[in-house]
Amino acid sequence: MSTGDALEADVLVLGGGPAGAWAALSAAESGARVVLADKGYCGTSGATASGGNNLWHLPPGPRRDEAILARQHKGAHLTDAGWMDRVLDTTYRRVGELADWGYPFPHHDGVQRRSSVQGPEYMRRMRRRVHRAGVRILDHHPALELLADSDGVVSGAAGLARQREHRPWRVSARAVVIATGGCAFLSGGFGTNVDTGDGLLIAAEAGAELSGMEFSTAYALSPKWGVHTKGLMLQFASYYDERGTLLDLPAGVPPRQAAALLLARGQRVFARLDRAPRHLRAAMREAQPNYFLPLEKAGVDVFTQTYPLRLVYEGTVRGSGGLRVLTEDCATTVPGLFAAGDAATRELVTGAISGGGSHNGAWAISSGTFAGRGAAGFARRRGRPERGLAPLGRAGLRPTGPHTLTPKEVVAAAQEHILPPHRSYLRAGVALRASRVSLEGLWRETTTGLSGTGRDRLRARQAASLVAHARWITAAALARAESRGMHRRTDLPQRNPALDHRILTGGLDEVWTRPDPVLPVLLPARDEERAS
Amino acid sequence: MIEIVSSARCVACDLCIKVCPTDVFERGADGIPVIARQDDCQTCFMCEVYCPTDALYVAPLGDPAPPDSPHTDEDALVQRGELGAYRAAVGWGRGRAPGASLDKNYLFTQDAPAREQR
Repeated sequence: MSTGDALEADVLVLGGGPAGAWAALSAAESGARVVLADKGYCGTSGATASGGNNLWHLPPGPRRDEAILARQHKGAHLTDAGWMDRVLDTTYRRVGELADWGYPFPHHDGVQRRSSVQGPEYMRRMRRRVHRAGVRILDHHPALELLADSDGVVSGAAGLARQREHRPWRVSARAVVIATGGCAFLSGGFGTNVDTGDGLLIAAEAGAELSGMEFSTAYALSPKWGVHTKGLMLQFASYYDERGTLLDLPAGVPPRQAAALLLARGQRVFARLDRAPRHLRAAMREAQPNYFLPLEKAGVDVFTQTYPLRLVYEGTVRGSGGLRVLTEDCATTVPGLFAAGDAATRELVTGAISGGGSHNGAWAISSGTFAGRGAAGFARRRGRPERGLAPLGRAGLRPTGPHTLTPKEVVAAAQEHILPPHRSYLRAGVALRASRVSLEGLWRETTTGLSGTGRDRLRARQAASLVAHARWITAAALARAESRGMHRRTDLPQRNPALDHRILTGGLDEVWTRPDPVLPVLLPARDEERAS
Repeated sequence: MIEIVSSARCVACDLCIKVCPTDVFERGADGIPVIARQDDCQTCFMCEVYCPTDALYVAPLGDPAPPDSPHTDEDALVQRGELGAYRAAVGWGRGRAPGASLDKNYLFTQDAPAREQR
C-alpha cells in the first residue's frame, strides 16, 4: 500500500531513534505486525545517530548495586531501584545481542568493550535489524496527531509524508509507542532539531501525564560559532578569559560546571585541552571524532589553542522529564499508549540529573524493549479498532479562529522563555511566574490563530509543542520550590526534604501539577547498612 | 551547516536527500541535489557520512557561512581533502576499518582513569 493511503498494524511506533528501533524490533519479535514512522530517517534521526552513546552497561554482580546506589545519590533520591535493576539487566542482554549481530565493538586486553556505541554505525545496524524483522519503516513521515476509538483507547496516528508533497497518512493500530525523543526547543544543537517534543503534545491531547518536566535544564558546551555539544573531552580542559588568563574556578564544583555557570552569568569563557596527556591524544580522537573534526574544520588545534565556548540548550533530550510510565512495560496512563526513550521520563534511572552520557542510552534500549513487548501484548489482547476513529490533534492543526500567527513567530515567542541560560540554567520564582502569565496568553493565541499548510503544517505543530512544553516546564519548575539536581532556583537554593518525590504535570488548556503518589524506591544507603 | 554539493563528484544517487533527518535537500533538475532549506540544517554531518563519493561539505558553523568564507571555497576544500572528512573518521567506505572498532570511549568514561563524564 502506498503512502498517502491508510495502513493497518498491530503496533505503531512513532520515532526511529534507538528507543523506537528497539521498540519496533521487540514488538516484531513478539509476533506483532509493526509500522515505524519517523519524522526524518530511521538511521540518522535524533541525538544518538549524530552523537553516539555511552551506555550504562554492567555485567550481573555486585557492581550493579553499587552503580544503583551511586546514581540514586547523584540523582537526588528520585530514582527507583527496581527499574534501575531491570534497565541494567535488559541493557546488558540487548547489547550482548547487538554484539552477536556483528556490531564491531572494540577489543581491549582481549575483552570486548561494550559500554559505548558510535552513532552512525549503531543506528545503521538497528535500521537493518528492524527492517529484517519485517517492520514497515516510513521515513520522513512525521506524525501530527493520535487517533482514538470511542472508549478513548489510542488506536493509531495520522501525519504527513514530507517527501511526497506532504500527503496525509494514517495508520490504524491496536497500540502505539511514543518514541519521538525529548524536546530541545530548536536550539540548534547537532542532532537535536528533530526533537521538538511532538510526541508529548500528541500524547497529552490523549490525556497522558508527564513527570519530571522541571528537569529540562540541560545545557552543553559547544564552540561559540558551532553546534557540536560533545563535552567528554573537556575533562582535559583548562578555562580562560578573553585575555588568555587562566580562570580561577571555585573548588568543589566540576570545572565544566563552573565554566557553564560563568557562561550562564554572561561571561566569556575559552577552553584549551592542555591537560590532555600526550599518550592519550590519539585515543581521544578515536573516541570522539565528532568533537575534534568540527574544531579542526574551523582551524583550531584544541591542544595548543583556546577557543570560545557557548551554552547550547538540550532541554529534556539530556534532561530527564517526559511521559509518565505507569507499569513495567512502559504503559502511559492512556490505554493503548506506551512510551520509550527520551519521550518518557528517565527520572526512574537518573533522577534529577542529566541521563546524558550513559543512562539515557541504556534507557532507550531497555524502555524500547519494554514498550515494544508491552504494546505487542496489549495489541494481542485487543480487538481490531473500530472504523471512524477520532483524530485528537488541536493546537496548530485545528485552530479555533482565523489564521493570525506563523509557526516562526510562535517558536520565537516560546524559545524566549526557555532557551536563555538566565531563564533555565538559573531559574527564579519571579521570572517563572512572569513566564507563566505570558505563556498562558501565548497558548490561547496559538490554539486560536496558529496553522499552516504543506510543510508549515508540521512546523505549526512543532511550534504548538514548544509552547505546551514551555508551560509544563514552567509549571513544574514552580511546583518544585527548591533546588535539586539540574533544577537550580536562585531564590530557593536549598533542597527541601518535603519534596522528596517526583512531580507530575499535564493538561493543555489547564496545566496542572501534583506530587507523584508513587514514591521513589531507594536502596538503603551504605552507611546505614554498615550501622545496622 | 551544509555548504557544498560538489557537482563534479556527485553521482546523483540522492542518498543525501533520503537520509537527511531534517529534509534539507531537494532533487535538482539535473538530478544533483540542491540545498533547498539550509536553515533547517542542524550540522549533524549525517549526509557527509552517507555520501559515497565525498561530494558534500558541512561547515562547522551553526549559521550559514558568509560568501567570502573559506567554508564555501570548494576548490580549496577539495585540495585540502576536507570533503568527506567525517565519513573517513567514522570509517565508512571501501578499505576502511569501521571507526566503531577503534572506539576508545571506555578510556574516558566511568570505568576509566579519567573522571568527569558527560
